[in-house]
Amino acid sequence: MRLKRLGELCKRREGLEIRFILIQNRAGKTRLAKWYMQFDDDEKQKLIEEVHAVVTVRDAKHTNFVEFRNFKIIYRRYAGLYFCICVDVNDNNLAYLEAIHNFVEVLNEYFHNVCELDLVFNFYKVYTVVDEMFLAGEIRETSQTKVLKQLLMLQSLE
Amino acid sequence: MPAVSKGDGMRGLAVFISDIRNCKSKEAEIKRINKELANIRSKFKGDKALDGYSKKKYVCKLLFIFLLGHDIDFGHMEAVNLLSSNKYTEKQIGYLFISVLVNSNSELIRLINNAIKNDLASRNPTFMCLALHCIANVGSREMGEAFAADIPRILVAGDSMDSVKQSAALCLLRLYKASPDLVPMGEWTARVVHLLNDQHMGVVTAAVSLITCLCKKNPDDFKTCISLAVSRLSRVGTPSSSLGRQELGHGHHPSWFARRAGHSARCVPFISPEDAAVKGRLVECLETVLNKAQEPPKSKKVQHSNAKNAILFETISLIIHYDSEPNLLVRACNQLGQFLQHRETNLRYLALESMCTLASSEFSHEAVKTHIDTVINALKTERDVSVRQRAADLLYAMCDRSNAKQIVSEMLRYLETADYAIREEIVLKVAILAEKYAVDYSWYVDTILNLIRIAGDYVSEEVWYRVLQIVTNRDDVQGYAAKTVFEVRAPLEGVSGRGQWSLAPLTPTPAHSPPVQFSLLHSKFHLCSVATRALLLSTYIKFINLFPETKATIQAVLRAGSQLRNADVELQQRAVEYLTLSSVASTDVLATVLEEMPPFPERESSILAKLKRKKGPGAGSALDDGRRDPSSNDINGGVEPTPSTVSTPSPSADLLGLRAAPPPAAPPASAGAGNLLVDVFDGPAAQPSLGPTPEEAFLSELEPPAPESPMALLADPAPAADPGPEDIGPPIPEADELLNKFVCKNNGVLFENQLLQIGVKSEFRQNLGRMYLFYGNKTSVQFQNFSPTVVHPGDLQTHILSGPLAVQTKRVAAQVDGGAQVQQVLNIECLRDFLTPPLLSVRFRYGGAPQALTLKLPVTINKFFQPTEMAAQDFFQRWKQLSLPQQEAQKIFKANHPMDAEVTKAKLLGFGSALLDNVDPNPENFVGAGIIQTKALQVGCLLRLEPNAQAQMYRLTLRTSKEPVSRHLCELLAQQF
Repeated sequence: MRLKRLGELCKRREGLEIRFILIQNRAGKTRLAKWYMQFDDDEKQKLIEEVHAVVTVRDAKHTNFVEFRNFKIIYRRYAGLYFCICVDVNDNNLAYLEAIHNFVEVLNEYFHNVCELDLVFNFYKVYTVVDEMFLAGEIRETSQTKVLKQLLMLQSLE
Repeated sequence: MPAVSKGDGMRGLAVFISDIRNCKSKEAEIKRINKELANIRSKFKGDKALDGYSKKKYVCKLLFIFLLGHDIDFGHMEAVNLLSSNKYTEKQIGYLFISVLVNSNSELIRLINNAIKNDLASRNPTFMCLALHCIANVGSREMGEAFAADIPRILVAGDSMDSVKQSAALCLLRLYKASPDLVPMGEWTARVVHLLNDQHMGVVTAAVSLITCLCKKNPDDFKTCISLAVSRLSRVGTPSSSLGRQELGHGHHPSWFARRAGHSARCVPFISPEDAAVKGRLVECLETVLNKAQEPPKSKKVQHSNAKNAILFETISLIIHYDSEPNLLVRACNQLGQFLQHRETNLRYLALESMCTLASSEFSHEAVKTHIDTVINALKTERDVSVRQRAADLLYAMCDRSNAKQIVSEMLRYLETADYAIREEIVLKVAILAEKYAVDYSWYVDTILNLIRIAGDYVSEEVWYRVLQIVTNRDDVQGYAAKTVFEVRAPLEGVSGRGQWSLAPLTPTPAHSPPVQFSLLHSKFHLCSVATRALLLSTYIKFINLFPETKATIQAVLRAGSQLRNADVELQQRAVEYLTLSSVASTDVLATVLEEMPPFPERESSILAKLKRKKGPGAGSALDDGRRDPSSNDINGGVEPTPSTVSTPSPSADLLGLRAAPPPAAPPASAGAGNLLVDVFDGPAAQPSLGPTPEEAFLSELEPPAPESPMALLADPAPAADPGPEDIGPPIPEADELLNKFVCKNNGVLFENQLLQIGVKSEFRQNLGRMYLFYGNKTSVQFQNFSPTVVHPGDLQTHILSGPLAVQTKRVAAQVDGGAQVQQVLNIECLRDFLTPPLLSVRFRYGGAPQALTLKLPVTINKFFQPTEMAAQDFFQRWKQLSLPQQEAQKIFKANHPMDAEVTKAKLLGFGSALLDNVDPNPENFVGAGIIQTKALQVGCLLRLEPNAQAQMYRLTLRTSKEPVSRHLCELLAQQF
């Protein structure tokens, strides 16, 4: 049997990166949308709706990954909120699942038992948290201690 | 750690958001927004110069309005002004507005760039980071032009703070990706490589991301980074450090670094043989990770193992990438084999996916094959269709001559119940495997006919063409094929009739007399599509040629009005022409005209092409050379071993390009999975008898097994809680009414219909409760798959990491015999105050029909009341302490029941509060007190109920220390009188 070199098969693309991060509730209301690719507003709206449609039909026994267009969504549900990250198909699923959880734990600590309303009323702070942890579609910082220290420092500024 | 309170800083913003949230309709919302826009506009236009705070507040409001989905056409200038403020909060809002609402207005861009420039030069790390984040978020070419030269300087400057370096590295990465030409390479690149040695793990991670991207275009500049990265990697994986997050606590995640480093190692060209030392160290490092993965987990938490397994999978990808270490490949395969039966669906999925690639390596192919039974089992039993799909992919990838028969027959069996979404793909896979690994033609023909029988309309045109090609080209198959087709014709009835075509070019067998063959063929004529009928007519004329004895019968058929005057031009024309041909032409002429078709030129298998198309344009590249294996049998021609990449959507297409039209030549079915469903229902003679209907399939998909462990979200307040509970239907309309019956009592019948009765007995003490649910089957038929589950719906107030109630349920038997009753015990712990009760979802099958029912579990906040006795003086003192307006809730309402003092008393006691006599000066009134016990806090409650017998009205007043609790208790109690 002739077998190809695996290296040729595992085509690598230009660099792995996050395409977007979405936080939505079960009703489909967006609580955070962070885009790392250029989309026009209509396209963004369409993506938001499609993500909601593919993610909410899945139950707890399903995987936390779902193919999405030519990409995949790594998502996790916390109470009524879905945290979704869209990445390239050959990226590391579990690493992003971990990144989501890390992010949620930071939010939980920062907002002290975070709930959906915190994200609504403090939407502008959530962006700061995101930028501390994710930047340019890459992971910027994973240490919760460091992120929280920085956030509290910023919080103390006028 | 001080928590952030709601909307602190900008009260006006919080009020506005509350207003919007309180709007009952879209119109009301738009009205409120327009009012606010007018207000902001006038403030911005006003003569009075706005202070920074107001400007920040209004810009933030505009941003909120934009995020709600409304257009914003002003305020940009004010946002830009905020950038030059020297207050962090104002600057931050300014930058956020710019990042979210980028505007290509050139005048503004100049101002923005100016502000960014100032901040980058400010030497204030906070401001520098804000500016860098803005550049990274916008990433436009203009910004690249303005800053691409500055950022490398900041990145490698000795005095830059770590956080600034992190941001600068990623910011540069963004600019480089957007416009590589703008980023000048130079002396700084060498210094960037040395960031890999940085003490700060975040800096290293960011640097790895940047270098990975840069070194692809400039491999020579970054040669040194390989050995640095490997040594850094081996430090992460040294025997003394453990994998995963636990060792590092809430500190750094090595997983991310490992992922990045692993990825970059894959991106750089293969390590050359001279670098044997480096390679040796890398292999050692990979081995260490595999060894670590074998160690028993130190913590049972899913999250811990996620981090660990993330590294493991990254390691395995790297091993697969190098594909040169047989030992490692086989070990990776064994490791993945353990995951195939892991209780976590995620791991099973990923193991199947990775193994698929391993199956195509000559070193690990055999090792993968040993897992065939597990994979087949996965195909049969996995609940998630995407996992089953991976299992099918893996079976396809591991298939070779030794196991082809088993795999093909398992796939065929699976096809009978397969999901609609993946049927067509399975059909293609079966067809390809059957062709590729056929050892004898009878097996091939049987398999394909089985495929047609089972999958009917999912068998696409391509499969038919391919079968035709093969059968036509092989004289020895024709006999068997034609015979078999005849024999199975009867059960094939209803299948779209395309089976008949395969006969068209064949030499019929001597087993049946020509007239019998003809009548069999013609008996299905009226069921066929126009295209098939046209082909059939051609077959008929061939019959006349080969078997003159059928001539009269066939001419009669052609002459029939339904042919000669057929509405379809093609059919009519054929009928006329063939009829004339058969009447005027001599036997010789007829024989020449109808000479047997020459064999099809051997070419690429049409089905393989179809599978490629299905998988997107990029996937085929590895398969394009559909060369024939010279050693293989003719029938196997045209198919290459198909590597697993077929299941990977094209990585080269971008998100937007996805909607691109399929290649023009492709039939509509090949446009992708999205079209599959359409295809199913458009197809001629869709067959309901094949497999479950979509509805059934959907329901059986959803049927959950009885929960054996406590519902994770509710029971486990630890951050490692599993993803949320399964989705359940909305509560039945009368759920609220049923719930109300239980506000003041703990026992009774919660629900009853013709089938089922649900009784409740419960007791509560402090913040704990135990509830017995009794499910009675009122019919004489057994309920099957009986599964009651409790979930908390999770409203806006629900904390994300854990619900307010922890509910532990015990498993109940999946069958409930007719007339029998089963009992379920619920242990409930109230962690925090809550407004919505948990939902009880009951599902079962009754006489084959799925039943689903969702009720509200009678657990309301007052169940955790502890009555408190107190003297009048204490009561009034506390009453006064709770005098803030939001602490009180009051309701005046009409009595729904006769106003009987004793009944009222009983209800108030049932509600849970103590009744205090001699407190209220008016003896008609009732006064109560109690404490709501939750794990997190206690809420003191005082209540007063004033009946007015003349008016048949009540006034109810509640005071508690928590606003939502007052309101909620007031509503609950008011419905009881």
